[in-house]
Amino acid sequence: MIRRVVVLGAAFAGLAFLLLPVVAIFARVPPGRLLSQLGDGAVLDALRVSAETSALAQLLVLAVGTPTAVVLARRFHGRELLVSVVELPLVLPPAVAGIGLFAAFGRFGLLHTSIPFTRLAVVFAVAFVSGPLYVRAAIAAFEGVDANIVAASRTLGAGPTRTFFRVVLPLARTGLAAGAALALARGLGEFGATIMFAGSLRGVTETLPLAVYSEFNVDFDVALSISALLVALSAALLITLKWRPSVSTSRFRFAASS
Amino acid sequence: MATLSLDFALPLRSFELTLALDVERTVALVGPSGAGKSSVLRVVAGLARPARGHVRLDGEDWTELPPERRRAGLVFQDYALFPHLDVLGNVSYGGRERAHELLERLQIAHLARVRPGELSGGERQRVALARALARDPAVLLLDEPLSALDAHTKSEVRHELADLLRELRLPTLLVTHDYEDAASLADEVGVLVDGTLRQLGPPAELVARPKDGFVAAFTGANLLHGDARGARGMTVVTLTSGERIYSTDEESGAVGVVVYPWDVSLAREPADDSALNVLRGEVGSVVAVANRVRVRVGPLTAEVTAASADRLDLAGGGEVYATFKATGTRLVRI
Repeated sequence: MIRRVVVLGAAFAGLAFLLLPVVAIFARVPPGRLLSQLGDGAVLDALRVSAETSALAQLLVLAVGTPTAVVLARRFHGRELLVSVVELPLVLPPAVAGIGLFAAFGRFGLLHTSIPFTRLAVVFAVAFVSGPLYVRAAIAAFEGVDANIVAASRTLGAGPTRTFFRVVLPLARTGLAAGAALALARGLGEFGATIMFAGSLRGVTETLPLAVYSEFNVDFDVALSISALLVALSAALLITLKWRPSVSTSRFRFAASS
Repeated sequence: MATLSLDFALPLRSFELTLALDVERTVALVGPSGAGKSSVLRVVAGLARPARGHVRLDGEDWTELPPERRRAGLVFQDYALFPHLDVLGNVSYGGRERAHELLERLQIAHLARVRPGELSGGERQRVALARALARDPAVLLLDEPLSALDAHTKSEVRHELADLLRELRLPTLLVTHDYEDAASLADEVGVLVDGTLRQLGPPAELVARPKDGFVAAFTGANLLHGDARGARGMTVVTLTSGERIYSTDEESGAVGVVVYPWDVSLAREPADDSALNVLRGEVGSVVAVANRVRVRVGPLTAEVTAASADRLDLAGGGEVYATFKATGTRLVRI
């Protein structure tokens, strides 16, 4: 009996600890004011920067990450090493990622570019941090496609390209979408690498999370409104993530067995 | 009719698969699992590249061609249907022109809009066949076409498949671990063990004169063709040679009579015992298999002990009576 109370109590405390900060964001300011704060110039600028950079970063991640995952889903010597290279940014502290990008693309960096502190720098920072999440999910999605089904397409007269678009991509679609949603969510919240590599210039490189930080010292309520917006976006992405696989299991129930 | 000609070597995990074979009609490769049977089909389809040798269809060299440029229709053991396409989508993937005709021919037209996930094993098998045929293949490859089916569906599908293969007249290579399936579907059967073809010949030939113990063990049964008719709780089969065979199995129409050689007794005089089936014939070949002897009598192969073979002087030839019981006589639809 006592043990049950302790266990349930711990579970309740744990869930409350995770939920409380999120609730607090919405509790302090009435919803009406939260919405009106979003009309603030600084918020609109940050929203625009976030939307544009996230969209561009996502495009970059999909365009480069998909072929990367196709290659890494094959079996070859040294594959594990390359997969580790992809996974490294996931465990890297964001500030280190920012310094690394600076050291690589800075004016005095390895490649001598003028990318730092521009819109493109935000895109790079976001893609660097979110890309690996997508690539990892995409590798798993491509590996999950039955090799015999791919072989069947080839014997039916479809070359590798046609097979990829008509068989591999549709069958990997669910996994790819989940990876993309995860990457987008991670990219929207990117802070550390962005502030190191792109700075926080309003209207240019100041994204929503950076705006939360700068408004924190200026107008706490504005910071809360932006936070509320980010919570809503993250929750929406989480819901799509949770929903998609369950839809797909019923649809592709027999993919593995057939 | 075209000829598929194979002569290649493919290194596998624990042995090298080597095969030289000409396929004109239907050839079945039988053997235990892991003997390299499916690899043969993969080489012909272009999914595995042999270390040396060639794959040719008449004068056309397929050895260096990618799968999509060979006209080989492969039916996978697990069917490998496209789960995201419906039946019509699957069948018309390789060719649209004949898709509807094939759906009709294989009696799956009513399933055109159904996805593979909702089909039964037998239906999936038909879809896989229709899909392979829709690309108008020059060669048909079947990987364990009956193994994924339950016993009831199996006999039905075997019957239809035999009809279809006769009608298609394509060089067909099929792979199975079941000698009965091989014997009922193929004109020639090859026994593949550890990547080597031990023996190749008509099914009856393999049963009568197995080259080694393995082939003997594998080719188990006699298969006689005849026409079955039920009468007084017993099925009477009139063999193509005219003799009558009794079986307790219930079947009618064209059947294969399956009798295991070790169920057949031989005698010089007609025996007066309970066995209903008696076939009289000249002793054909006499082949020793370990401590037993396989004796050909008319259309049958009997297996007796070496001692019995001596006592009856089977090596001397002459006429003998082969008897076997109606209860040990199985009938399969073909």
